[in-house]
Amino acid sequence: MSMKSKFRLLGGGVALAGLLVAGTLAGSSPALAACELQFKPEDGAELTLLRWKRFIQAEEDAFMKIVENFQKDCGITVNVQNESLDDVQPKASVAANVNQGPDMVWGLYSLPHLFPDKLVDVTDLADYLAGKYGPWVPSAVKYGTKAGTSEWIDIPIAYNGNYINYRISAVEKAGFKEPPKTTAEFMELAKALKEQGTPLGMALGHATGDGNAWVHWALWSFGGSLVNENDEVIINSPETKAAVEYVKELYGYMAPGVAAWNDSNNNKAFMSGEVSMTNNGPSIYPAAKKDAPDIAADMNHAKWPVGPVGKPTEFHIAYPMMIFKYSKYPNAAKGFIEYLFQPAQYDMWLQAAVAYLTPPLEKYEANSVFTDDPKLTVFRDAARDTLTAGYEGSVGEKAASALAEFIVLDMFANAATGNMSVDDAIAQAERQAKRIYR
Amino acid sequence: MADAAIGTRTIPAEPSAWSRLKTNRDWLGAWFMLPTAAFLFLFLAYPLGLGVWLSMTDARIGREGIFVGFENFTWLYDDPVFWLSVFNTLLYTAVASVFKFAIGLYLAILLNHHLPFKAFLRAIVLLPFIVPTVLSAIAFWWMYDPQFSIISWTLKELGLITTNINFLGDPWNARWSVIFANIWRGVPFVAITLLAGLQTVPPSLYEAATIDGANRWQMFRHITYPMLTPIIAVVMTFSVLFTFTDFQLIWAITRGGPVNATHLMATLSYQRAILGGYLGEGAAISTAMIPFLLAAIMLSWFGLQRRKWQQGEADD
Repeated sequence: MSMKSKFRLLGGGVALAGLLVAGTLAGSSPALAACELQFKPEDGAELTLLRWKRFIQAEEDAFMKIVENFQKDCGITVNVQNESLDDVQPKASVAANVNQGPDMVWGLYSLPHLFPDKLVDVTDLADYLAGKYGPWVPSAVKYGTKAGTSEWIDIPIAYNGNYINYRISAVEKAGFKEPPKTTAEFMELAKALKEQGTPLGMALGHATGDGNAWVHWALWSFGGSLVNENDEVIINSPETKAAVEYVKELYGYMAPGVAAWNDSNNNKAFMSGEVSMTNNGPSIYPAAKKDAPDIAADMNHAKWPVGPVGKPTEFHIAYPMMIFKYSKYPNAAKGFIEYLFQPAQYDMWLQAAVAYLTPPLEKYEANSVFTDDPKLTVFRDAARDTLTAGYEGSVGEKAASALAEFIVLDMFANAATGNMSVDDAIAQAERQAKRIYR
Repeated sequence: MADAAIGTRTIPAEPSAWSRLKTNRDWLGAWFMLPTAAFLFLFLAYPLGLGVWLSMTDARIGREGIFVGFENFTWLYDDPVFWLSVFNTLLYTAVASVFKFAIGLYLAILLNHHLPFKAFLRAIVLLPFIVPTVLSAIAFWWMYDPQFSIISWTLKELGLITTNINFLGDPWNARWSVIFANIWRGVPFVAITLLAGLQTVPPSLYEAATIDGANRWQMFRHITYPMLTPIIAVVMTFSVLFTFTDFQLIWAITRGGPVNATHLMATLSYQRAILGGYLGEGAAISTAMIPFLLAAIMLSWFGLQRRKWQQGEADD
């Protein structure tokens, strides 16, 4: 424990100070009353955690509160560093390569699978959490375990649902009661929205979250996939072609400029009324509640339409947290994740994130944040409903590379913008995928 | 006596190899250069060598690669995205450099005149160069926003256009947009350096030319331009090198999009190596930049070596 944290603890109260002294006298690390952890932190542990920059201030405030509580209860300081969503991966990759950097990284999708050998085995922690609050949703098991093994290399601590955000009035004006349930009707709605001057807009630029979410939905909803369950590239298929042609037509009904959109453009365009429908996490809604109550009252969220494949093909963001092997305090890091999942912390955090985070463990699905406001209920199922990066294939480093290289997204963008013919766009994606999946 | 004196004179011992190394002027020169050489080796040659070595391995992030020869290069040779990035880089460098030179030279000549608030104006010209690249890139990103572009807004308000300009969503629009941003950022460097060069031209030459009845164009063509040639060679070499290896502007504005239309070799290398995890392939893309950069350096090197060329005369 650092001197600084010792001082803070001493300032905390006489009783606590007494405990500290007693603990020190006994020759062991100070036993702190509220620190009930299965995974006992190392003496003098101090952690550094790299996370993505918050989209919702209240979520970050709650997370920092947990960090503060952890320090208060267990005497371990966690230094939290923030990076924008897109910069977490390069930082983590470099850390993995040079064996130096933050003890823990909280990233996206299958990031841990880019360097599985560099990560601490957290199977014991995953089993413990499942026993206490579980079971894990199926996608969490796939994201958490090393491809083809039952060894956990990360803990998917939460998900972020990415659903249809829409203006109720615009959809009703277009003649629909709510966003349709099938891809065919969805096209009709997009067409009507465009005609009435309140178009649909979904990111086709290199948008890690929103862009990947909707293009994978489109691909899978027509039965297309980058690879099969044996990781063989099968992207060049009639199903893919149907999906690409669908997106090409849909693009024609979208707001201009979506090919340049990154993850933040759709929020701005929706808030300004430039588009009446987009795909996003629940970050527009709380922002609207704060700054534009009329938009908040007139908006809602919906699940993705189902395509010809006949079953939901949603793709939501997974947020895995991983511990690097080079960390001097792997047990403290495990202890922090364990602490994070304790009801006192996790429930408070879910509440603060106003459905921006979806839990991967069944117990927490009952959190009232998903039922207090019916407009947010849809986000409860994100972790349960999502398919994983790589679909039926492995979720390993190959799937992570394919996502990072925007192979599927660029295929759709190339065809939709007319930059390439449908066949050429698919052929290029196939070629790139074969390189990765060789 | 003389013989005796000669007989007793001690013949100085042959200096040892070590003392020769210590005192020989040639060797001393080598010694003094050693720290610099070590520095250059450590921070320039070693990373470069490592990059070239990596380009011949299948290294992934977090994992040592094995030697695969030219496999990465043969793959890139067949990769349309790689060739697109080469095309983009050449277009970006060529167009931006020509404009930066023309505008920079024009500005330098303007600023060389006696203007009111001369120092202030010169400081203003430097502004784009002083602002951190990422900041100016974000400003451009906003100006090129598909929905909220101030350019589109102004033109719409003036009634010149009816719909927003799709600056970054259309491949060619996006290319010209990032080239414009690069020109805006690069002009001050060229302008200020050429201005420094202009200050070294002796005024007496202009006076003599005036007496001879030369007009302004003739003065520019036969005095200013020849006197400026050496510095133009240096400035444009640097400018071309900076432009060719640009990364920040592109990454902040387009990330190589839409559909890879603005990917430069540097951004593609980063995407493949760091984001995609293929260090070897990314290094191969970086290595592929070396011949182009060498060509630019050689051009300047031989230019600088040729005194006549420097002075604006024809070669023998």
